[in-house]
Amino acid sequence: MNARIFIGLLLMLLLMSALALRAGALPLPWSALFSGWQSTSEHHYILTQYRLPRVILAIAVGAALAVAGVLVQGTVRNPLASPDILGINHAASLAAVGGMLLIPGLSVFWLPFLAFTGGMAALLLLKLLANTASPMKLALTGVALSACWASMLDYLLLSRPQDINNALLWLTGSLWGRDGSFVMLAVPALMVLLPLSLRYCRDLDLLALGDERASTLGVSVAKTQWQVLLLAVALTSVGVAVCGPIGFISLVVPHIIRRCCGGRHRILLPLSALAGALVLLLADMLARTINPPMELPAGVLTAIIGAPGFIWLLVRMR
Amino acid sequence: MNLRTHQLTAGYGTTAVLKDIALTLPAGKITALLGPNGCGKSTLLKCFSRLLTPQSGQIWLDDQPMSAFSTRQLSRRLSLLPQHHLIPEGITVRELVAYGRSPWLPLWGRLSKKDHQIVEAAMERTHTHALASSHVTQLSGGQRQRAFLAMMLAQETPVVLLDEPTTWLDINHQVELMGLMQALRDGGKTVITVLHDLNQASRYCDNLVVLANGSIAARGKPEDVMTPALLREVFSVEAEIHPEPVSGKPMCIIKDGKAKK
Repeated sequence: MNARIFIGLLLMLLLMSALALRAGALPLPWSALFSGWQSTSEHHYILTQYRLPRVILAIAVGAALAVAGVLVQGTVRNPLASPDILGINHAASLAAVGGMLLIPGLSVFWLPFLAFTGGMAALLLLKLLANTASPMKLALTGVALSACWASMLDYLLLSRPQDINNALLWLTGSLWGRDGSFVMLAVPALMVLLPLSLRYCRDLDLLALGDERASTLGVSVAKTQWQVLLLAVALTSVGVAVCGPIGFISLVVPHIIRRCCGGRHRILLPLSALAGALVLLLADMLARTINPPMELPAGVLTAIIGAPGFIWLLVRMR
Repeated sequence: MNLRTHQLTAGYGTTAVLKDIALTLPAGKITALLGPNGCGKSTLLKCFSRLLTPQSGQIWLDDQPMSAFSTRQLSRRLSLLPQHHLIPEGITVRELVAYGRSPWLPLWGRLSKKDHQIVEAAMERTHTHALASSHVTQLSGGQRQRAFLAMMLAQETPVVLLDEPTTWLDINHQVELMGLMQALRDGGKTVITVLHDLNQASRYCDNLVVLANGSIAARGKPEDVMTPALLREVFSVEAEIHPEPVSGKPMCIIKDGKAKK
């Protein structure tokens, strides 16, 4: 059953990739997907410089965000948790936007590092404030801090109205204009981070039973929680750095997969990664094709498609 | 394996719930921890399972101090059935019971053939076999308790700690649980349980430890511990002690009216 879902998602992802390579302001013919890779083809430039990086990034970032969601939900033990409620997204955005606005001419190369620093700082502060606390207190402190980061971000934007266009575009969560340099940055990082998450399958399974239970079953609870959150921050930061804070995927995708395929993390993690990739790929493709040549931000679309789907699922299941 | 405490003081924050406890819990016996609410029996159990670090003093497992073990090493020696369970979403009973094997598994957590056999046997012993494919979230309180009990059995540790294990259980399953504890003891395990029902403890346990206000009020065989004087002092009740008709163990019967201290 789960194997079938896995293969199904994989096939859908392949199909969607093909569609996404084709679709856009200038739709390519199907044949371009085969012949367009040669440098002599008229479609070569669009395909390799424009469409392919976006498809790769959508897949990688979608997977990263979904996996980060699984990791945070697993440690905080709350199905409504996501990197969002720990304030990681907003802190990462704050750091990145701060860099963009305060240091003119900053290369995009530094964005992931800024985002990661911001996310890490938020996590450290959270850890400091809610140190030995229960997951519930961690989550509540996170929500409070998150609001704090968000308002600082607003202040930063409002106080420099002359150069916020780029920042605003980035903040709505978009893959617009993301080229090969982002791929070179994000993909290697995620190739390391995503497999690393599988290392915590067993421990995350046991954490779902409660700290006491996990501890008597051999999990070093505090250490594991810390490492897993750290990994979630890293994944989120890379995602945020590439396409802005798209929070919805981390919240919803793990939830849906848990409902359909059970709570074992060795199933939950890979399936969520695939589903997250699929959602972001679809959102990005729609963002490009709904009203070309205008682009909608993929972040807006994930919520527009995702929210009703999620609510429908919740209503149907209960 | 026996458990021994030496000048153990423990509690929450700066308040000490347990004061200067010196106690040896014999290997291969069932020991019941008894006492009124707030006397420190659950705190003692938490210290034994190292969920609470003692403020001072030391706990020894055979001749090694508890603090010398890693979390994983300890989880192969000592298992705990807590009072409350968090119910994981999307997990079947069989998967839950298999979690009990975790201390023995590699990182990836794949079960060997032997692990599967142990899991099946644990479900057999707790009569949860028929529920194996149900989700834990669908079970009643008593069924969940038995599923978690099966998980603990699958952990196969020489020391077994139970915190009020009869909560949620019907009378027939309570009796089964007592039988199961005796079977574990006969298999050489050290069983330590918090119980509320004095007569149940007296009938089924080898060794009673009565706590009051964080200190040991009495300990020993049921025959030595169950006395009207102790019940008056610790529980503030006037009671008569009679031999229980089936097992001959001491049984307390509460008289009307509250004792005057």
